[in-house]
Amino acid sequence: MMMTMENNNGFSSPRSDAFPAGLRVLVVDDDPTWLKILEKMLKKCSYEVTTCGLAREALNLLRERKDGFDIVISDVNMPDMDGFKLLEHVGLEMDLPVIMMSVDGETSRVMKGVQHGACDYLLKPIRMKELRNIWQHVLRKRIHEVRDIEFHEGIDEIYMTRNGSDKSEDRHLPSGTDPISGKKRKDVDNKHDDRECNDPSSVKKVRVVWAVDLHQKFVKAVNQIGFDKVGPKKILDLMGVPWLTRENVASHLQKYRLYLGRLQKEKELTASFGGMKQSDITSKEPNGNHCLQNSVNKQCDLTSGNHGTQGNKTILQNVDFKMHEGDMKCIAPMPMAEPKKAMNGDNSDPQKSSNKKMGVNHSFGQLGSDLQYATTVPKQYSWNEECSETQMNRECKPHFRPKSVFNALPLTTLPQNIQLDYIRPRLPLNSRPSSLERDNKLAEADMMPAYMKSRSQGIGQLSPAECKADRFPVQPGSKSTNVQGLKSIPSAVWSMNNHSLDQILGGCSESEDTSLNMTCGTEFASWDGNLQCGSLQGDFQPLNVGPETVESFNYGNPELTSEVPTFSYDSLKFDFEYPFDSMEYPVIDQGLFIT
Amino acid sequence: MERNQLRRQIGNMRQSLFDQGYLDHEQFIQLEELQDDANPNFVEEVVTLFYRDSVRTIQNIEQALEKSPLDFVKLDGYMHQFKGSSSSIGAKKVKSESTQFREYCKVGNAEGCRRTFQQLKKENAALKKKLEVYFQYSRQAGPLETACRPN
Repeated sequence: MMMTMENNNGFSSPRSDAFPAGLRVLVVDDDPTWLKILEKMLKKCSYEVTTCGLAREALNLLRERKDGFDIVISDVNMPDMDGFKLLEHVGLEMDLPVIMMSVDGETSRVMKGVQHGACDYLLKPIRMKELRNIWQHVLRKRIHEVRDIEFHEGIDEIYMTRNGSDKSEDRHLPSGTDPISGKKRKDVDNKHDDRECNDPSSVKKVRVVWAVDLHQKFVKAVNQIGFDKVGPKKILDLMGVPWLTRENVASHLQKYRLYLGRLQKEKELTASFGGMKQSDITSKEPNGNHCLQNSVNKQCDLTSGNHGTQGNKTILQNVDFKMHEGDMKCIAPMPMAEPKKAMNGDNSDPQKSSNKKMGVNHSFGQLGSDLQYATTVPKQYSWNEECSETQMNRECKPHFRPKSVFNALPLTTLPQNIQLDYIRPRLPLNSRPSSLERDNKLAEADMMPAYMKSRSQGIGQLSPAECKADRFPVQPGSKSTNVQGLKSIPSAVWSMNNHSLDQILGGCSESEDTSLNMTCGTEFASWDGNLQCGSLQGDFQPLNVGPETVESFNYGNPELTSEVPTFSYDSLKFDFEYPFDSMEYPVIDQGLFIT
Repeated sequence: MERNQLRRQIGNMRQSLFDQGYLDHEQFIQLEELQDDANPNFVEEVVTLFYRDSVRTIQNIEQALEKSPLDFVKLDGYMHQFKGSSSSIGAKKVKSESTQFREYCKVGNAEGCRRTFQQLKKENAALKKKLEVYFQYSRQAGPLETACRPN
């Protein structure tokens, strides 16, 4: 069915200079007559057309040929699957623009299409001229992605640098890392993936979005196999998700391990600290630092390696975030190295480091404890993997990488359900270098758990607990202007749902995330106005666990659960002190485990 | 010339199909515009495809109409499908009958449905015949005839 047009790279490169010619269109319609007509019309527009008579077939095709299509046109009424459902799937998994068609032009139907994410709704009979312009949807999307990526990259960068500077702050609990709504998630994910966003017509990488249900499958598979025996291949086989690759799973697994390790650590810390006194924590710091260091180093290594998705390094570097600069200043102790790392690395760096640090194989049960330790976390929250141990994080602002699925659940929810979202704030925090002030302010501000949720509606629910986490002034005088930066984060980005909170609590895994988490809290506050989480400087690195992980986090680990006070965030306070080294918590960039 | 005459005849036929409301002018012309060297008989192929596919849908509706009580939701679904299909070739009268049918489905008027359906089948058969003749002539006249305007 595929007709090759001039472009002939088959499915590979979507466009050449001839854009929109060569646009790769997938047409889905159970009506053979229309399918034939549309195919002919699209070919006349010089597009590359593939036809499908069934929705399932279309989905399989899309999954098989990742990045093989630029746009999908689908009829609303199909026998095997509702067109709206297909629309959702495509948006979720591939994030391609989808145009709906129908002979029925009833407003309610059209509205439904738009609500489900259709970028256009055409009425049959369809005219050629309507098809000629569909390329605009593709272009528009890419442009937005580029913008988003740049934006997010900037934010991440800011966080990364911050993290480096202030370790202790990072530790803070998941103050509701970025609550990014699911929707945003999509964007975010895309953004990170598209490194080349500078050129809208460049190929868009199809990334794996680790949605909640996908992650759950993953966790289930891991549990089934036995955490100690897991391997990407085994997991992949068990999951039974056709379009997922071993590579996707491997990277996700890595993050997951980090997350678990972090949880474990927190748990341990909690246990040992009891009340998480700062002093105690402080003492721990040294240890942490070491770890951090190691992790940090590793991070760098790791990061450089992997995260493709992290976005464009170039972009990062180019992003001129004032905050970043400001952070640098604030973070006196922070060795510049850290920030650099952060900058260079992809966002994934933090994660990596956290991963490294984690290295703990926690049983899944631990997941549940994530939440808990979000609240109780003493040192464990050394999320700021990025930050070198010393620096950890005061400044390390959690990198909010909005993960697609990360929803930040307000910490108010059961500990078990806390989803840590670690959404890296993509917003260019540019702002005010006066983080110091902010920090201080924050410190006093509320130490309450960042129940972002309550605060910000939109933003996601970084539960106040999360916010609070940030608040804990991790370091006096620290640095972080992170908070400030967050402010600018558009609420859209931060809209985390409740789920995310869990994730944040549970998962801040990568260093980035952790830093984010903490900062998230603060930042969130700033965002929406509602959040008033003091501007913590990103010390808190909430577990950046995407929403997906939330579920897994609730592994009913009784032990852990008990530890977690419902968002009492007192424990969060300690975070600041800890120089938590480096992100013990795998930083899950963008959206949970998005590979 | 015989050829020209033929062409003229074909043109007239087509025009009368439009005038009599059998075919939607815009849609049909558009189909003809899609015809090119790669697909010289594109319109005929599409129409053939439509009729072949619609047989199935009509059968489904017929069977559903024999049931008692009538499942209006199902009937509406089938007709929706048929309506979409018929719009592809610009089958005007057929399309309006199907709209009518759906209206009856919405209010649960079984008699109205059955009556309309009979009408629809008649119109569908009538158009099919006319188009068959049209295409016969067109094939005789050569590809030029089918184009509605010079390429």
